[in-house]
Amino acid sequence: MQDVLNPAIEASRLSKTFLAGGRRIEALNEVSFTVKHGLVTGLIGPDAAGKSTLMRLAAGLLVPDSGSISVLSLDATRQSLKIQSAIGYMPQRFGLYEDLTVQENLDLYADLQGVPMGDRPSRFEELLAMAGLFPFVKRLAGNLSGGMKQKLGLACSLVRQPELLLLDEPTVGVDPVSRRELWSIVYRLVKEKGTSVLLSTAYLDEAERCDEVVLLHEGSVLDQGEPATFRKSMDGRVFAAKAPGIPKRLLQTEISRTPGVIDALIHGDHVRIVMEGLTPPDARPDVSIVPLPPRFEDRFVTLLKKTSSVRHEVPYEKPIAQAKGAVIELENLQRKFGDFYAVKNVTFSVSGGEVFGLLGANGAGKSTTFRMLCGLLAPSGGTLRVAGEDLRHAASKARAKIGYMSQKFSLYGNLSILENLKFFGAAYGLSGNAGQNRIAWAIDEFSLADMKDAVSGDLSLGYKQRLALACALMHEPEILFLDEPTSGVDPLARREFWQRINDLASSGVTVMVTTHFMEEAEYCDRLAIMAEGEILKIGTPAEIKAGAGIENPTMEDAFVELIRAVEAS
Amino acid sequence: MNRRLGGLIKKEFLQIVRDPSSIAIAFLMPLVLLLLFGYGVSLDSEHIPIGVVMEKQNADASNFASIFHDSRYFSTRYYRSTRSATDAMISGKINAIVVLKQDFSRRIGHDAPVQLILNGVDENTARIVSGYVDGAFQKWLERDAAMRGLPLETPVRIEQRIRFNSELRSRNFLVPGLVAVIMTLIGALLTALVMAREWERGTMEALLVTPVSMGEVILGKLIPYFLLGMGGLALSVAMALWLFEVPLRGSIWVLFAASSLFLVTALGMGLFISSIAKSQFVAGQIAIIGTFLPAFILSGFIFDINSMPKIVQFITHIIAARYYVAILQTLFLAGNEWSVILPNAGALVLLSVLFFGLTWKNTRKRLE
Repeated sequence: MQDVLNPAIEASRLSKTFLAGGRRIEALNEVSFTVKHGLVTGLIGPDAAGKSTLMRLAAGLLVPDSGSISVLSLDATRQSLKIQSAIGYMPQRFGLYEDLTVQENLDLYADLQGVPMGDRPSRFEELLAMAGLFPFVKRLAGNLSGGMKQKLGLACSLVRQPELLLLDEPTVGVDPVSRRELWSIVYRLVKEKGTSVLLSTAYLDEAERCDEVVLLHEGSVLDQGEPATFRKSMDGRVFAAKAPGIPKRLLQTEISRTPGVIDALIHGDHVRIVMEGLTPPDARPDVSIVPLPPRFEDRFVTLLKKTSSVRHEVPYEKPIAQAKGAVIELENLQRKFGDFYAVKNVTFSVSGGEVFGLLGANGAGKSTTFRMLCGLLAPSGGTLRVAGEDLRHAASKARAKIGYMSQKFSLYGNLSILENLKFFGAAYGLSGNAGQNRIAWAIDEFSLADMKDAVSGDLSLGYKQRLALACALMHEPEILFLDEPTSGVDPLARREFWQRINDLASSGVTVMVTTHFMEEAEYCDRLAIMAEGEILKIGTPAEIKAGAGIENPTMEDAFVELIRAVEAS
Repeated sequence: MNRRLGGLIKKEFLQIVRDPSSIAIAFLMPLVLLLLFGYGVSLDSEHIPIGVVMEKQNADASNFASIFHDSRYFSTRYYRSTRSATDAMISGKINAIVVLKQDFSRRIGHDAPVQLILNGVDENTARIVSGYVDGAFQKWLERDAAMRGLPLETPVRIEQRIRFNSELRSRNFLVPGLVAVIMTLIGALLTALVMAREWERGTMEALLVTPVSMGEVILGKLIPYFLLGMGGLALSVAMALWLFEVPLRGSIWVLFAASSLFLVTALGMGLFISSIAKSQFVAGQIAIIGTFLPAFILSGFIFDINSMPKIVQFITHIIAARYYVAILQTLFLAGNEWSVILPNAGALVLLSVLFFGLTWKNTRKRLE
């Protein structure tokens, strides 16, 4: 029977360090928290916050350096085998055998969990119905979509009804529709079976779906409690600023310099402002300021700004360039792999100085479109012009005008910052004085001076991202391609990054971004929503949200509605 | 059987059947290696091209030259002068020149009527040719003397008897030796790879949080790959016996028993490698350099251990394949020679205990 008096998980002053490349990395530093019975507790934090380490400590896969953690009133270090017979655990990437079918994966985990043969048919039926995988029992797990894999992973961790369910970043890289389905499954479990759930995520908007939240940052607990309390502390401190005559980037820059402003962020058609106190910011009379309901992220940013000493501010201001004509033009672009269309009839154009986003889940065709735009992949059909060059004939000419930065930060991990800059400069044909000047510019612009001899593989995610952007800008490209540039970085690093992107756009650089991160879509001037290789809708964030047909939708609501509409038709 | 272990074994077999690279390593590679070594690589010298120069045609000289002509070891070409034969040797058409001097008949029994010019670039072939020519000349002298009814004046006569591989077919010892290489491939390389794959794909993490024990995880790998390895063995032995017609003089049961022992040792090496290398790339590199290449080079399969430098000979003692090759060659070519089989089997037992001990020490049910 469940021991309801004690919490499901109780961690006290947990510390854990790892040795990586001769360096000690402090993954967790004196972390204490509790997970209550019968609730969904969210472990929220950016990449490298220590979420996975914490999950693995709870599952008895790691041993803490100091402190203690008890799970279901058992000691996670000494009684790990007992814990493992009572919990369900889904690791990142779901832990599925891709060369086994859906049914075979379930069979295996049922064998491992010792589910009696007699109970299996009914249990499998229940799980398959829950995951919507009935039609696919004979399909290899490797051939399932991301969302289906996620649900199969969840089903496998549930083959024997666990008392406690640990889910390590179950929603990463999965489309919003599948994310919502996962959440509803989790809540049904909690309601019907009384399961306790600990779920980690880097998506801050998911915090609001949890009963309780533990906010983790750089190995320490920043805060914990109910999301509503988090929001309540920000009541009356969040505003939207709108000014029809002023470009929103200029407005944002102005507001961010107003005293008392903690955070000013472009969000669709307005600038979202978080204040230190309850008074709205002073602004020009033509700026309209209205209060907004606070979000979880507002609280996180406020907490981070309190702890971090670095001011993330724009170092310079440039005149806003006049928009040029269309810089990127696609018409009926197609790409086939075998008889599968990865990209089908994609048509849009992007004008100079615009920030254009491609939004979609993994496998929607964003990366394929991107590779064609960068001249890395030949289209199977349609036309494609980038910076005035037809990519079919003058790919290398066009490439000289393109800067590219990917999510994986394709840097040389064992070279220093300076060596990486030198290499990318040379790769773009910069030499002598021109090269020297550009490296000096990069080091100054991205504040890399005190770290320039550090090996880039050891840098924090935020630094890596800055360096990657610097490398992509070495040859002063007219167009910048960003592939999932801020997934997993903390909100401050993300703001700083977007500040730079906005500056670049203001100075006339065209920016194209792919993202599966709904929040990031709000930062774009216009965006295209993609699913299964096709464009569902193109427009400004406000236009796209307006099309959702619900009141005050988030970008995710709009996305989900769009997908539903397509599926219905 | 234990339900958990049964589930793991079933899963492993499904993966083997569905993964073309496992099948390739377990069955295709042995097939290719056996065909390559059975047919392609031969350490025997047959049909070595040699040139024969007769400075003066006469009955004795022609008679002697016909020996080369009739031999399966040589294919003979005739040249008019030493000079033209030398040119042919330089251009690589022939490997040696036999010159029969003008006064060949007169000088028989006194000094050297035959001159042998060798191409020393390939010293192995040169030595073989030299030996063959020497032998051929002795034989011809005997025959010639017998024909003339004269006693032959040779002080010592060596009578050769070759035992175990009387036809001197290199296939007869290469094919059994190859079995050791193939078993290393399946036991060490394949096992290290599939274990590393579980770490790489994150499935190991999912396994470890189930109530399964580490012993079950290890046995769950050991049993399927043991069976796969025995399949590879059966394939190799069948090909050796029926395709290459290598004699098996010992008992087939002893062969399978010794092979199981070696396979367990190889699996131990594979599991040990995967306990220290958790990416397929690193595990593959270590397995090839640490087990596959030594099985090829240091096991005595191709190169004789006794003619290696002392230090290298010393190193071969930790190569499990060395003991297995010794057992295999004995079983195939000599028979159930317990004085050879038992000490070598004992060494294999020690090595497998060592590797399983190291694996056990390195493996805990943790991610660190």
